Order: sequence, then structure tokens, then C-alpha cells
Amino acid sequence: MSDVTMNVWRGDGDGGDFAEYTLPSQEGEVVLDVIHRIQATQAGDLACRWNCKAGKCGSCSAEVNGKPRLMCMTRMDQLPEGPVTVAPMKAFPIIRDLVTDVSFNFEMAKQVPAFAPPPRPEGGYRMQQIDIERGQEFRKCIECFMCQDVCHVIRDHEENKAHYAGPRFFIRYAELEMHPLDTNDRRELVRQKAGLGMCNITKCCTEVCPEHIKITDNAIIPMKERVVDASYDPVAWLGRKILRRQKASPGEAAAHGA
Amino acid sequence: MAEYESHDYDVIIIGAGGAGLRAAIEAKARGLRTALICKSLLGKAHTVMAEGGVAAAMGNVYPEDSWQIHFRDTMRGGKMLNNWRMAQLHAQEAPDRVQELEAWGALFDRTPDGRILQRDFGGHRFARLAHVGDRTGLEMIRTLQQRVVSMDVDVFMECKILGLVADAEGVVSGAVGYWRPTGEMVVFSAKAVVLATGGAGKSWKYTSNSWECTGDGHAMALWAGADLIDMECVQFHPTGMVWPLSVRGLLVTEGVRGDGGVLRNSEGTRFMFNYVAEMFRAETADSEEEADRWYEDHSAGRRTPELLPRDEVARAINTEVKAGRGSPHGGVFLDIATRRSPEYIRRRLPSMYHQFMELAGVDITAEPMEVGPTCHYIMGGVRVEADTGAATVPGLFVAGEVAGGMHGANRLGGNSLSDLLVFGRRAGMGASDYAAGRSGAPKPDEGEIQHSITEALAPFERTDGENPYELHQELQEMMQTLVGIIRTGDELERALGELDVLRDRAAKVTVGGGRAYNPGWNLATDLPAMLTLSRCVTLGARDRKESRGGHTREDFPTADPEFGKVNLVQRQPSGGGVNGDIKIAPEPIPEMPPELAELFEESH
Ligand SMILES: Cc1cc2nc3c(=O)[nH]c(=O)nc-3n(C[C@H](O)[C@H](O)[C@H](O)COP(=O)(O)OP(=O)(O)OC[C@H]3O[C@@H](n4cnc5c(N)ncnc54)[C@H](O)[C@@H]3O)c2cc1C
Ligand code: SF4
Ligand code: SF4
Ligand code: FES
Repeated sequence: MSDVTMNVWRGDGDGGDFAEYTLPSQEGEVVLDVIHRIQATQAGDLACRWNCKAGKCGSCSAEVNGKPRLMCMTRMDQLPEGPVTVAPMKAFPIIRDLVTDVSFNFEMAKQVPAFAPPPRPEGGYRMQQIDIERGQEFRKCIECFMCQDVCHVIRDHEENKAHYAGPRFFIRYAELEMHPLDTNDRRELVRQKAGLGMCNITKCCTEVCPEHIKITDNAIIPMKERVVDASYDPVAWLGRKILRRQKASPGEAAAHGA
Repeated sequence: MAEYESHDYDVIIIGAGGAGLRAAIEAKARGLRTALICKSLLGKAHTVMAEGGVAAAMGNVYPEDSWQIHFRDTMRGGKMLNNWRMAQLHAQEAPDRVQELEAWGALFDRTPDGRILQRDFGGHRFARLAHVGDRTGLEMIRTLQQRVVSMDVDVFMECKILGLVADAEGVVSGAVGYWRPTGEMVVFSAKAVVLATGGAGKSWKYTSNSWECTGDGHAMALWAGADLIDMECVQFHPTGMVWPLSVRGLLVTEGVRGDGGVLRNSEGTRFMFNYVAEMFRAETADSEEEADRWYEDHSAGRRTPELLPRDEVARAINTEVKAGRGSPHGGVFLDIATRRSPEYIRRRLPSMYHQFMELAGVDITAEPMEVGPTCHYIMGGVRVEADTGAATVPGLFVAGEVAGGMHGANRLGGNSLSDLLVFGRRAGMGASDYAAGRSGAPKPDEGEIQHSITEALAPFERTDGENPYELHQELQEMMQTLVGIIRTGDELERALGELDVLRDRAAKVTVGGGRAYNPGWNLATDLPAMLTLSRCVTLGARDRKESRGGHTREDFPTADPEFGKVNLVQRQPSGGGVNGDIKIAPEPIPEMPPELAELFEESH
């Protein structure tokens, strides 16, 4: 059986370098499997994060051959021949090896004003599938933070982090903004504190999202439009919040009644 | 004396899966100083992986559903070994807990009239699982996480707890652990501790569980003097991936069968029709036509045998493979491609579609999947008081997968997520009341703290010892072969011998590198819990000389009514951690009151 060569970044906040590991290749493996075998046989202290090994938890983000990827969903046999480079995400400070300090994201999460629905009516809330589909798309986010990693506003500009929430949180704001039951207006906040205006729609975030969330088209661009409305026309916003579709189309109803 | 960082709280919650998060919300809402501690980042706990849904008798799809029927399904699925009071509270309160999630921002799939949609799952008489496609756990954990963040609960992430610490009177008063990023030690003192550490699948080779599921909570509770019950009851989920090898064990949600997928052997036979146990015969279809009618309308036929409780299906698959009717990689075929349209499959089961496409190169809308049993869930756990989650040692409260009793000998799909909500909340209440009533500052014993720290750091002191990764692999191989889905007395005795040897070797583990984010060392500190957990499962399996639910003995192939009346209780009265002496004895299960017992008579 042939061998694989992995160049894995080793080091901490003070610096480091790539280390080369060679090991026999095995059928069907993903990058994370190979990292695990390196840990078990050659470098017990090689640091990486993972949990589910199924693309569901968003823990194992790293830059594989220079591109942000979930290590657990990247098949070795789909990478080009030759050594594979694995490095930590660049936008965040390094803790050790492939593990970065992603606390920036948890801080940004704290700034999001909570969901605020009206009191629950007798028998529960009613919402139509079609009205929540967009929100559900955003809620597929597994918080891998790879979109944050590629966004040039913070990737190359540490100083912007203080006033830029980043694509992961733009979809969170969009989700709440589009939620049929929410009553909070966060548009001023998104414009000012979250720095939506600094995004210049390069779409790099959408390209890396492992959940295929259309971050730019479905969240950022509509949010930019709504934020503009907010500055000029509060009535238009109210109208949009109130004019909800009351009924699913027959096709939708049939599809979801299964 | 080793140095450490200290924190003081009213209530600390160890574990930030569904149960821990829900407990934290409750304690915080009651105004207590609350801390939430977890081994991974917030939002990554195992709960995130749950797929199919959360069970609650809301009656949105079948109005004839009720808590009584949910209760009955749960008890029968658990082969009547369940704590009836837990099963009752669970069935009664689950609907409110699910609706509450909606008020916190969850977006469940909808019925045409705008209510929460519910899907079919094994062992549930009616479509009962609220869900979001096949990523219900993600929705649940994110909703709870966002709620916890908005309430400003203090969260300690990537902080591994090594052990609980009692005060001089033996009241649990805190916990000791370390920060994974730095390896620095940390001690929490608290008036009440909630354990919500989840499962234990990492002692087996093929498992759907994440690295965190090392049974830490089970072991820590036992070491602290609490009772564990029915540890032999481990659920092997019938459908895990079997190929490629590197993902063997990864879960294939029961939702595939709930949504119309069927199991076939290499001869193309829908073999589940040949495995319908007496207990389920009256309500199970006896022909493919009838089963298919049932999918369309539950009153037009009896339910399909593919959706029998998991233990039944897992054993059937095991038998088919052993009889030489398996698939090329040692499983059986799960086929939804010939039964549902590609759009339907992609919309209802998007993660499954991706999982197979990306990891196995299989398009499930065109080809069958290969599946086989995988270690999935532990029904056994810490013995608790149903209403409050109180363990048998004072100061300790327990919820979620680490607690025992709720699911008896076998858990129904969807009943875990609801369990987390119902009993997470109750343990949060129990701990809050206890903390509020406890006077004086908690004083965790300094000697115990120092002992835990010394033990944890010992692998750095040794040179030339055992490799923790190798030991872990050997433990997994051993448990898989000797304490797997089908067990025998001889093999269990052998397993106990092997466990002695592994324990001696674990005392010689050595690790390289520093303390900061060192997975080799982290694994070394997980080993004691895994060894204790494995021993408890093996002891229970040896002593339960019958087959019931998730526990199958080849040498005692049927259920024994006498064993049906007892929990096997394990405790470690004289301490000693992983080296301590475990006592195991049967104790009568709590007796069901007549008004609940009646529910079972009607059904026969
Ligand atoms: C793939 C998969 C699919 C599933 N699908 C479903 C489903 O559809 N429906 C259903 O009802 N159930 C399902 N289950 C079962 C269900 O997901 C779990 O039983 C449940 O999530 C367990 O939740 P928990 O809160 O008890 O623990 P977990 O979610 O496992 O969380 C445990 C927490 O404890 C922490 N922890 C553990 N040890 C320590 C320590 N020593 N120090 C500090 N922190 C610690 C961890 O970091 C984590 O935060 C599924 C399980 C799997 C594996
Ligand atoms: S589209 Fe905006 S948010 Fe996305 S990567 Fe580009 S600048 Fe960043
Ligand atoms: S939006 Fe996509 S890329 Fe960004 S954190 Fe979520 S899952 Fe990851
Ligand atoms: S380990 Fe969970 S996404 Fe990779």
C-alpha cells in the first residue's frame, strides 16, 4: 500500500513550523483519520479539535492545502496527489497546533439581542413552513467559523474585530429579522456595532460554508437592503414584519403533510 | 501542594449538552449563581448530533395521541424495567418542554396548519417526533445555547472535570478539573452540583458517540458514593454505517425507516417480518402490503416491523449477518431509494444524503445503504429521585444520558432529547432548591483535591510507560468482542480479567509534550472513567442472567420475570476511585400505582 505525507503545522502563539509525517494510506479515510493516526503512533500531543466526525458539530475546521475545510469531511482520495498541508485557521489566534482561540465568535454571540416573541397563545404558536424556510436555512449553521476565517475584513485586519460581527452573525441577525414571531428591531445595531457595511459582498464566506448556506445572497444582501430601509423608512420595515403569508400553497402543504 | 484557580458558585452544572443547558437555564432563572462547565466548546456536545427528533405526545398529527400512550410505549420499549415515575413525568411534561423551545427561537418543521410537525419512529404508536429535517439535535442545542448566553450564565468551556469533591460531612461540594487549552488546574466550590455528562460509547470500537462520551459522569458519581443502576443495559443502534472502515459506527438515523426505508438481506428479503416477537405481534403488520399501507395511513394497517424497538431490530440484523445473508461489508441493506422520490429523500434526510455522498460515495437516492449495529446509548446510569434528579449522595443531581431509570432496558428513539429537557429542568430545580437551603460556604476537601491533581499529572512524571492511545484501542477491541451486543457468561468473566490487566497498565501510562492542549494527556485522564464504566457494564451483564432490551445473553436467551422486578445496583462504599471495590446487588424496582398499571392491561 502507498504512503501519505502530511505537513502539519506545529506550534503555539509564539511561533512554530510545519512538521512532516509519513504513514501508510488507508481506504476511505478523511484528513481527520490521518491526524488521529499521527496522534496515536507518532505525535501523541498533536492538538486538534473534533467531536462528531460527521460534519455536524463544526469543531474540526482547519486549512487543508490552504483552504478552510472540515477535516472530518475531507476525503484523502479527493485531494490532489502529493503531500497534504494542514494548518490552523488563520483569522484566529493560535492556542496550539491546529487549535485556535475562537472566543471572538462567542463574544459576538453575546451581543445579539435575544429572540423576543409575543406570549405563547393557547395551543401553541402557528407558523407556516414557507415562512420559516429561510430561517431554517440559517439555523443549519454548525458554527465551524470557516466563513469568519475567510472573510477578509477580519482575516487580514485584526483591528476590525472590535466592530465587525462577521458572516456567521450576519446570518444570525438575518434569521431573527426574518423570524415570523420576533418583535425586536436589531437593524441599527447590525449597521453600526456589527459592521454590516464593511462587508463588500465578495462571497468568500458562501463558498466555504460546509452547510451550503447562501450567506451573501440570502442573508447579507437582504439585510443590507433592510438596514437602508431602517435609516429612511421605518414604516416599510413594519409593513414587512406584519404582512406575513397566512397560508401555505397547496403544493407546500401536501409536501409537508407526509 | 499543587496550585489551582478557584471559583465559587451556588450551582455548577457539569456538561453542556441538552440536559446541562436546560438545567443551567432553570438554575439561572431562579436567581442562583450558576456556572456551566464542558469539555468541548459550547454547542459541540454530543446532543448536536441527534438527528431524528424529540418525542412528545402533542397530538399535532394524530390527535388521538396522549401522554398515557407515550408512557405506555416508553415502558414497553424499556421492557418494563423503567422507573415508572420518570416515564410518567417525561410523557406528561415533554409537550410543554418542546413548545418552550419554540418560544426561545427554535424552528421546527410545520404541519399544513402551521403547528409543529411530528414523524414516526420505532416503538412509538403515533407519529410523535418533533423535528427539523434530520438535524433536530443541532436545533435543540443551538436554541438552548442561545438562551443560556442571553441569560448571561457563566460558561467554562474546554474545561475537563476530573472528579467531584465532597466536604468533611460527605456532602458533594464542588469539583476539580483542568483547562484543556492551558492544562492549568481549577477547582469549583458549589452548594449543589448537577452532573449532565452524557454517554459512554467510547469504550466500544464501533460507536456513534463522540470522543467526549467516556462515561466520566457515571464514574465520578460512583467514585463519590452514588448508586448506579442497570449498567448492563447498553443500546446498540441497528443502523450504523459499516463502510468505509474509518466511519464504521457513524449513525444512520431511524428517520430513514420512519420515512419509508426498509431493511433487506443479500437475498432481497425484507427480513424483519421474520423477527416479530410475541409482545409486538398484535400491533405489527404481517405482510409488506399491510406495512406499506400503514405508512400512508396508520389506521389502514398495522405498523411496519422495521420500526420495532431498536434492540429487536439490532438483534435481527446480527442474526442475518451471522447466517451469511449480509451485505458485502458485513451489514445489511437499508433501502429508501426504490421507495421514495429523490426530492423527498433530499428534503427529509439532507444530512444522511450528504453523509453517504461525501464519506462513502453512495447516493442514497439511487442505491441502498449498508448498515449494521453500532454502540449508541447507555440506558443504565446514576440512580436518581424522579422528581428532583437527586442522586443517592447529598448535594449531587443528575440528568440526561448519565442518569438511569428513565429508559429501562431499552430506549425508544426520540425519548432522549425529551428526557434531556424534562429532567434537565427538574435537576436544575432540584439543585437550586438544595443550594438555596444549604447554609454556610461549601468546603470541598483539600486532600481529595490534591489527590485528584496528583493522579492527573502522574503520566508526565513517568518515562517509558504505556501509550494511552494503544490502551484505549485495546479496551475498545476487548469490549466490542466480549461485552458487545450478544453476551455469554464465559466471555464476561474473561472481560473482567482483561479489565484488571488494563487497569494495571493504565496506572503506567506516560505522555509526552506539555500540559497545554495535549490530547494524549487528555485521553490519559479519560482512561480511569472508561475503565470504571466498562467494569460496571460487565459486572451488570454478568449478573443479569436473562435477556432484556439492550442486554442479550446467549446463555440466557429469554426474559426472566424475576429479573424483571429488579434493578442491579452498583456502588463503591469504600471509595478508592478506579481501584475501588464495586458491590453489585439486585434491589426491587419501584412499584407502579394501580391507575398506571391498568394502562397495560387494556392493551392486551
Ligand atoms: C448520532 C446520534 C443521533 C441521535 N439521535 C437522537 C434523536 O434523534 N433523538 C433522541 O432523542 N436522541 C438521539 N440521540 C441520543 C441523544 O443525542 C443523546 O443521548 C443526548 O444528546 C445526550 O445528551 P446529554 O445532555 O445527556 O449529554 P451530551 O450531549 O453528551 O453532553 C455531555 C456534556 O458533558 C460534558 N462533559 C462530559 N464529561 C465531562 C467532564 N469530565 N468534564 C466536563 N465536561 C464534561 C461534555 O463536554 C458535554 O458538554 C442520538 C445520539 C447520537 C449519537
Ligand atoms: S461576502 Fe462579506 S461577509 Fe462574506 S467573506 Fe465577503 S466581505 Fe466577508
Ligand atoms: S455559516 Fe457556514 S461557514 Fe459560517 S460558521 Fe456557519 S456553517 Fe460554518
Ligand atoms: S468533527 Fe464535527 S464537524 Fe468535523
